[in-house]
Amino acid sequence: MDYFFLTISLVKIVALLAVVLGMMNYTVYAERRISALIQDRLGPNRVGPAGLFQPIADAAKFLLKEDFTPGHVNKFYYWLAPCLAMIPAITTLAVVPFGSTLFGVPMVIADINVGVLFVFAIASLGVYGIVIAGWSSNSKYPFLGGVRSTSQMISYELSLGLAVIPVFLLIGQLRLSEVVRYQIEHGWMIAPFVGDWANPHKWLLAIPMMISFVVFTIAIFAETNRLPFDLPEAETELVGGYHTEYGSMKFGLFFLGEYVAMITGSAIIVTLFLGGWHFPSIPDGSHGWGWGLVNIFIFFSKVAVLLFVFIWVRWTLPRFRYDQLMRLGWVFFFEIALANIFLAAIILAYFPQ
Amino acid sequence: MSALLFWIFALIMLGFGAAVVINRNPIASALSLVMCFMGLSSLFMSLDAFFIGIIQVLVYAGAVMVLFLFIIMLLDLRVETRRKTNVVAVGGGAVVALAFFIQIFFVIGQLSAAKQPFPPLSSPKVDDVHSVGLLLFSNYNLPFQIIGVLVLVATIGVIVLSKRELR
Amino acid sequence: MAITVSRPKLNWSERLYLPAIAAGMAITIKHFKNMLFGRTKVTMQYPEEKWDSHMPEHYRGAPALVRDDTGRVRCVACQLCEFICPPRAIKIIPGEIPAGDRFAKVEKFPHEFDIDMIRCIYCGLCEEVCPEQAIYLRKDYAITGFTRADMVHNKEKLLEIGGVMHGVVLKWNEKK
Repeated sequence: MDYFFLTISLVKIVALLAVVLGMMNYTVYAERRISALIQDRLGPNRVGPAGLFQPIADAAKFLLKEDFTPGHVNKFYYWLAPCLAMIPAITTLAVVPFGSTLFGVPMVIADINVGVLFVFAIASLGVYGIVIAGWSSNSKYPFLGGVRSTSQMISYELSLGLAVIPVFLLIGQLRLSEVVRYQIEHGWMIAPFVGDWANPHKWLLAIPMMISFVVFTIAIFAETNRLPFDLPEAETELVGGYHTEYGSMKFGLFFLGEYVAMITGSAIIVTLFLGGWHFPSIPDGSHGWGWGLVNIFIFFSKVAVLLFVFIWVRWTLPRFRYDQLMRLGWVFFFEIALANIFLAAIILAYFPQ
Repeated sequence: MSALLFWIFALIMLGFGAAVVINRNPIASALSLVMCFMGLSSLFMSLDAFFIGIIQVLVYAGAVMVLFLFIIMLLDLRVETRRKTNVVAVGGGAVVALAFFIQIFFVIGQLSAAKQPFPPLSSPKVDDVHSVGLLLFSNYNLPFQIIGVLVLVATIGVIVLSKRELR
Repeated sequence: MAITVSRPKLNWSERLYLPAIAAGMAITIKHFKNMLFGRTKVTMQYPEEKWDSHMPEHYRGAPALVRDDTGRVRCVACQLCEFICPPRAIKIIPGEIPAGDRFAKVEKFPHEFDIDMIRCIYCGLCEEVCPEQAIYLRKDYAITGFTRADMVHNKEKLLEIGGVMHGVVLKWNEKK
């Protein structure tokens, strides 16, 4: 274990955390502004120019509020839950390649060979935060939120896992940097314009990829508890859902954890289907550190576009009823994802390049 | 470094494994089991068996234990926390466990293979995901299919039973 | 009696749910776009933009006492407004006008005239009931203060808000 590797990894972790946490704060701001604009309002525009310092004010407010622990809760788990909500979301980012190379160093914290499985494994731990919050609050609405969250996350994890299988059938590798490399050579998964784009085989393959993309994105919506699927915290039914009993920064951690999960989910969608840090006719980091930075910028721009879609969907669609949610997950997406695997396998086996 | 990590993760695993048994609160037990699985998966990963390690987390910690937790949460668990310790049963269990441990210790001590260190593994040509896949779909294809059918039968059986219950 | 609501039969594309989603998304993005490029304007940015110029003629703001052209406080402390005021916001302590004064025949003047603006409901009954055209509801609406005492408008404050009212009947000026 040489010190160069350790130092570089540490620098990458700190830099990525800084970027992602900053992005998280500004996603909250963007959510508030965009939702306001969609509803013909203005949103927060007073703190700083165009309200840009609003996240700082919000953070200060969260930190200065009384850190209240209700008397009827299970103290240890009550305090543990917000951390468990936040940590898995951040940890997942470790395997996502967020840039090409910078000074010859690959811009990914841990390029392990089971990348996407790691993502699913850690994402599946995210449910503990919510479940423990719901249970330790020792109160009805949080408990219902926790129970709903458990069943929802387990149901949609299936579609999530099955939806990406076509991608890996095609690539034959679970490493996320390989996915990006494949997309650089053969074009993005859902839009293979790069390379020999007139090749009909690639467009044939884009059909199952498109289905995968849609199912995966919807499953990510469900996994991050975003609006058409935000039953664990449905305000109209469950007061606040699993975080009803939380206040001050402990609530803040749940709240921000959702946004980090959104960023992580978007980052994974970008990596799997939208070409990662690649953009046609922009060279990678081996042509100078400037291009390396541009690659990182492209990656986060794509993430930002997806975050906009997340917000846009949230302020458009009404919430599903619980039976509709389960029906959708088990009857439609599960079957679509399964059929899609067969479709991709048939195309790969019987329509060679 | 690697030895240090081994001891850390082994201690985490053993500590939380003991906590599963000792804890009165079933939720705490279940969560300790999750931590135990995490330690186990870390041990797998320190052996470069990433696939097994990740599957350990994904299947056991991420899915099975969540379902366990789900079930425990739906049951009334205060009864369990109030129950008094039965000294005879605990003592008997400890004696059995100790006897079992001593037995295994001596048996392994007797084995000649246990005395010499393992020969280093030849560095694999393909990564562990591929080798697991290759083995599953070549050498063990038939058992794999049979297990698949078995699980399917179990699933359908559960559905049939629960539907009948409803009527 | 139970009423059976007939559910509409959905056709294939309606049941697919996706066209409806697309239509909804199109509507929200249209609103977003129009707001972003300033084509929709609904919100008034309060401290910078004020409502003052759009205020309707009949707007009822803060009640205030007025002087006439000669600078006389028109109130004669008859206390009708104090009695009519639904939330009892007005408190008047009348004083007697000394005999030598030009307006001695008016007899009373308001020694103190307080309106508690926390209680005032801007109903305008005081203005309506006043026989002397002495109290009017002006267009001031931003009435603020740091303490409860700040929110009580005394006579000076009321006259300051009211100012001079032109073109009112000056019945006390003539000798009778």
